[in-house]
Amino acid sequence: MLNRIMSVLVKEIRQLRRDTKLLIVIFTFPAFLLVMFGYAVNFDVQNIRIGISDGAKNEMSRQIIEYFSSSDYFLLVSMPDSPDDIIHLLDEKKVQAVIVIPSDISIITYGKGKNPQLQFLIDGVDGNTATIIKNYFNLVVTKLNSQINSEILAKYGRKFSAPIEPEIVLWFNPELKSTRFLLPGLIAMILVVTAVVTVSLSLVREKERGTIEQINVSSINNTELLIGKSTPYVAIAFINAALVLLAGYLFFDVSVKGNYFLLMLTTLIFLFASTSIGVFISVISDSQQVAFTAATLVSMLPSLLLSGFIFPIESMPFIIQLITNLSPAKFYLVTLRAIILKGSGLGTFYMQLFYLIIFGLIFLGLSIVIRKKESVSV
Amino acid sequence: MNSIEISHLTKKFGNFVSVDNISFNVKKGEIFGFLGANGAGKSTTIRMLCGILAPTSGDATVNGFSITKETEKVKKSIGYMSQKFSLYDDLTVGENIDFFGGVYGLYGAQLKARKEWTLEISDLKGKENLLTGSLPGGIKQRLALGTAVIHKPAILFLDEPTSGVDPISRRNFWDLINTLSSDGTTLLVTTHYLEEAEFCHNIMLINAGKIIAGGTSKELKSKFIKGKILEIESNNPVTLMEDFTALPFINDISIFGKKLHLFVNELYPGDEQLRKIAYTKYESEIISVNQITPTLEDVFIHLLEGSHVK
Ligand SMILES: Nc1ncnc2c1ncn2[C@@H]1O[C@H](COP(=O)(O)OP(=O)(O)OP(=O)(O)O)[C@@H](O)[C@H]1O
Ligand SMILES: [Mg+2]
Repeated sequence: MLNRIMSVLVKEIRQLRRDTKLLIVIFTFPAFLLVMFGYAVNFDVQNIRIGISDGAKNEMSRQIIEYFSSSDYFLLVSMPDSPDDIIHLLDEKKVQAVIVIPSDISIITYGKGKNPQLQFLIDGVDGNTATIIKNYFNLVVTKLNSQINSEILAKYGRKFSAPIEPEIVLWFNPELKSTRFLLPGLIAMILVVTAVVTVSLSLVREKERGTIEQINVSSINNTELLIGKSTPYVAIAFINAALVLLAGYLFFDVSVKGNYFLLMLTTLIFLFASTSIGVFISVISDSQQVAFTAATLVSMLPSLLLSGFIFPIESMPFIIQLITNLSPAKFYLVTLRAIILKGSGLGTFYMQLFYLIIFGLIFLGLSIVIRKKESVSV
Repeated sequence: MNSIEISHLTKKFGNFVSVDNISFNVKKGEIFGFLGANGAGKSTTIRMLCGILAPTSGDATVNGFSITKETEKVKKSIGYMSQKFSLYDDLTVGENIDFFGGVYGLYGAQLKARKEWTLEISDLKGKENLLTGSLPGGIKQRLALGTAVIHKPAILFLDEPTSGVDPISRRNFWDLINTLSSDGTTLLVTTHYLEEAEFCHNIMLINAGKIIAGGTSKELKSKFIKGKILEIESNNPVTLMEDFTALPFINDISIFGKKLHLFVNELYPGDEQLRKIAYTKYESEIISVNQITPTLEDVFIHLLEGSHVK
C-alpha cells in the first residue's frame, strides 16, 4: 500500500517539478495577496481628506478648524463656501468628508438652549471606511468638547473634571492594526485556494488525458490514489502558509501567540476539508478549464466574503449567516485567530475542527457517490 | 478453455443503447479481433470487461471472475491499453515505467527486472532519461504496451493500439502482439485497419452495439461471399456502379477508388460479355477485369451495407 502511494506521490512531484508555470502561480499567488491586503488595502484609516465649510467665522469655529487640522486622522484639503462647492468636493472625491460649521456656533451660545450642531458629511460609498471615519469624528468631537468645557470652566475659576473617563484597550489587536487581524484570513484563503485548485486540476488532468483509465485498472485503490496525489499539494500549501506567517512576522510584526503544534494540526484538518472540495470539483468537471474556474470561484469567493475574513459575520443578515457555514475557511479562521492572536488552546475551538472533519467527509462521500453513479473516474 | 465469456452484456447511456445484448467467448491464448465502425460500441465493451464501467445488464467472466461481482480480481488478471492512452508526456521513459509498475504493486528487484524488459521491447534501452513527449508515435505505443503488461497479466485488452501510427511501426507492433500471444497471453484487440484483422485468430464484428458476424477470417469470407469477386477498372466507376445494380448476375457492388468490386453469381456470362454490356448498354469502357480473392474489407462492406441478400 505504501509503495503504491509512494509511486503516485513521486510521479506527482516529478510532474510538478517540470510544470514551471504552475509552480510560479502557486508561489506568487500568496505574495500577491500579501502585498494587496498588507499594504494596498490597508484598513487603517489615516489622513482622511476633509473639507471644512466655515459658516460662523468666529473664535469658536477657528478653534474647531484648528483642532481638526492638527489631528493625525484628518487632513484639511479644502475650505468650501457654498453648499454647491461641498457637493462638488464630495462628488469628485477630492475629500472623503466635509464638516459644516453652522453660523450660530459661538462661545456666547454655550450652555444656553440648544447646542449647535456640527454637521459631518461622509462619502458612504465604501461603508467600511465611512464607519471608521465616523468613529474618528466622534472621538475628535468628544475630545474637543471636553477641551472647550475645561477652557470655559477655567474662565470661571473652576476645574473641569469628567466623572467617567473611558479607557479603551483593544485586547487582541492593541494597535488596531488591520494587518494583524487580516493575516489569519490571508493564510486561510491562501491554503484553501492552493489546495482546491491544485488538487482538482491534477485529478482532472488525468481524466482529460485518459491516464485515469490506466490507473483505474491497476491495483491502486481510490484512497491510495487520493493520498498520493494530494500530499504534494498539501505540503506546498503548508509551505505557503509558513511563508505567510514568516512574512507577517518580518513585515507586519505579527507573531504566533499560541502553540505551533496546534497550529499545524488545525491546518492539516483544514487542508483535509479543502482537499475534499478539490476532489468533488474534479468529479463533476471534465476539463481543466472548467475545473480551474469552478475551483477558484468556490475557494476564493466564500473565503473572501463569507468567512469573516473581511466582513464580520455577526453583522450579516440571518440567511447569509447560515450560508457562511458552507465556507470551511470560516471555521478555520476562528481557530487561527484564536491560536495566532489570543494563544488559546484546543478547548475553545474543538467544535470548529469537528465541523471541518465532517465537512470534508461529506464532500468526499458525495464525490464517491457521484463517481459510482456515473461510472466515471475520479 | 475460455479466458473471456460474455453473456447478454448490455450498456445503456440514458436511452441510448451503446452495447446491445452481446454474447461471445474468447479462447485462452488467442488473438481476438474486435472490429466495428466508429461508435459501434467497442471501447464501451472493453471498459466493461476491464471492470471500470458497470454494465446495465448481463455479465461476463474474465479469467473466470465476474466483471460485476469480482471487479478487483478481474483487474488483477488484466492489462489494458485504452484508446486515449498516451503515457505521461512530461515524465521520462524511466519515470513512466516506475509509475505504472508502482501502481501495479511492483517494487524493488521485481520492478527493476520488468523495467529492463519494458525498455527492451520498446527499443528504448539506454534512453530512459528521454522525455516521453519527445518520442515518435510508434515507439510511444510500444512503451505504452510495455507498461500495460508490466505486471504480466493473463489477459490483455488493446483498444485501437495502432491508430495514428505509420505502417512500418504497425507491423513491428503486431510482431510484439504475436510474441505476447505465443507466451500464452490472451489478447482482445480492436482496430480500424482491416488488414490487421487478418492477424487475428478470431474476429467479431460489431455494429451499432450489436454483433453482426464472427469467426475466423477464412470462415467469414466463405460464409458471406458466395460466388466470385471481380475487380474492374473503369473511367466512370460511379455511374457504372449505379447502372450495374440492375443486372441479374451481380449480387453486390462496392467501390474502391477507381475500381469496382462486383460480387457475381452463377449467372455470370463471362468477362467478354460484361465488357460488351458495359459498352453497348451504358457507353462505359471497362479497362480491366480481374478475379480477386476476397478481403475482410469486402466481407465487412458487404455486411454493413446489409445488401448481401438481394
Ligand atoms: N460515457 C458515455 N456517455 C454517453 N454516451 C457514450 C459514453 N461512452 C460512449 N458513448 C456512446 O456509445 C457509443 C459507443 O461508443 P464506443 O466508444 O464504445 O465506440 P467505439 O466502437 O469504441 O468507437 P471508436 O471507434 O470511435 O472508438 C457512441 O455512440 C458513444 O457516443
Ligand atoms: Mg473506441
